Amino acid sequence: MSPTLNLAVPFSSQLINLFAAIMLLLGFAMLAQRRIITLINLFTLQGAVLSLSTLVVALTTHQTHLLWSAGLTFTLKVALLPWILHRLIRKLSVKWDVETLINIPTTMLVGIGLVVIAFNVAQPISQLSGTITRATLGIALACVLLAFLMMITRSKAVPQVIGFLAMENGLFFAATSATYGMPMVVELGIALDVLVGMVILGVFFFQIREQFDSLDIRQMERIKEE
Amino acid sequence: MNFYALFAQLLELVIALLLAPLLTGWVNQCRAWFQNRSAPPLLQTYFTLHKLFHKDALLAHNASSLFRAAPYIIFSCMALASAIVPTLSTDLIFSPAADAIALVGLFALARIFIALAGMDVGTAFGSLGARREMLIGFLAEPALLMVIFTTSLISQSTSLSTIVETLAHREFVIYPSLAFAGVAFTMVSLAENARVPVDNPTTHLELTMLHEAMILEYSSRHLALIEWAACLKLFAYSCLGIALFFPFGIPEAADPASLAVAGAILVFKLLIGGFLLALIETINAKMRIFRAPEFLGTAFLLAVLAMLVHLLLEVGP
Repeated sequence: MSPTLNLAVPFSSQLINLFAAIMLLLGFAMLAQRRIITLINLFTLQGAVLSLSTLVVALTTHQTHLLWSAGLTFTLKVALLPWILHRLIRKLSVKWDVETLINIPTTMLVGIGLVVIAFNVAQPISQLSGTITRATLGIALACVLLAFLMMITRSKAVPQVIGFLAMENGLFFAATSATYGMPMVVELGIALDVLVGMVILGVFFFQIREQFDSLDIRQMERIKEE
Repeated sequence: MNFYALFAQLLELVIALLLAPLLTGWVNQCRAWFQNRSAPPLLQTYFTLHKLFHKDALLAHNASSLFRAAPYIIFSCMALASAIVPTLSTDLIFSPAADAIALVGLFALARIFIALAGMDVGTAFGSLGARREMLIGFLAEPALLMVIFTTSLISQSTSLSTIVETLAHREFVIYPSLAFAGVAFTMVSLAENARVPVDNPTTHLELTMLHEAMILEYSSRHLALIEWAACLKLFAYSCLGIALFFPFGIPEAADPASLAVAGAILVFKLLIGGFLLALIETINAKMRIFRAPEFLGTAFLLAVLAMLVHLLLEVGP
């Protein structure tokens, strides 16, 4: 019997790998979720895992700016955005309805395919990277693709926005795992963008509902000039 | 002949036979607490078994010999299954035979016989239950196998003793793939043990029954054996979960003192496991039967993901 495979990997790196796996698990859970409230809670949880993993990377590599971005992620994605989202759905009173364009088992199968593709694509890239987190690059890419798939397959506006936010989570994770994060200015810019985008989309929701009496964006395909 | 291994093996079998009804009683008690009902006594399952063993057996007129033999076959399958899962020691007489795939085969054998017995008398509910059981079974089995393959990839063996040894007694390593496999395993065991999101073990409505519908025709000692086998199945699944995901505390050294410690740790883990099972059963509602394939499909996909994650993260360059 051969010895265990990865004894050489340090403990912090194992911890990051674990967080990466949980991120992917949450990505799949979001893909399979039918209720909006649970979807938001899962998104919150993903944000928490993301900020934890950034914290671990920061502490092991002594990169102070990563500490800041962990804090930023926490305030933004665990506190602020879920709060805004919860308020939005309370105001719009859309608690239950998540409609998917293709049924959920098919979506999950497509998701598995995407994960395989992401892992294969990321393999040569992560060979070039020298960070301790390089193995997680494939998972980060898979998270991005899964969130993208969620945006495509949902017909209602709120889940699409959550998909968008989850995609940002994945991108952030990819940045941390490939290069220990982006420069602080870029990160602040993205954080602000996401926040502003969220507010604007919130206003959009009300406009869409006012116009079409529903948040189903399929209605928008029928817009014609009179 | 290794006497220690023989002793440990016998002890494990006896403990499985005795603890299994107790575990079921504990789960029922926790469930009652969660649901604000007054709880049945912890030994209720024993009382039921005792009562059933003392009744006269009634058989349907057109029951074949298979109907009479099935409870004994099912019971022995489950007893053997709980005996080969290493819980107290990895040094057992049956260790060479304790292959994970053989274990899945044992569960499958029991399932085939209970389904055949359900259809044997020819009542509508029996056939209905048998068909539903096979539907659940054929979806749950590949998921369970994938979970086991993930742990086998880590330890390079399908022998349960080797898996436990690798996970418990080597240097502590976090395996992210086990997170996925653990979720998949929980889903499979809920479905296989006829627990709430898939089946309600306490239901009295025949149309929604899965497991109960097959055993409606049984009475007295036959029913007692099947009930006991169901307890043993829950026990075996719990022990398998403990062996694959939380094997810490299963001793390596071959001395009786470590057996006692291992027994105490096992009881502690089972208490927590039963509590969590009751919690899951309380916060979930039973699914429609046609949701079950989606539920088990998800379990299978998670198990596949576990293998992929293992190949990506844990087989380092």
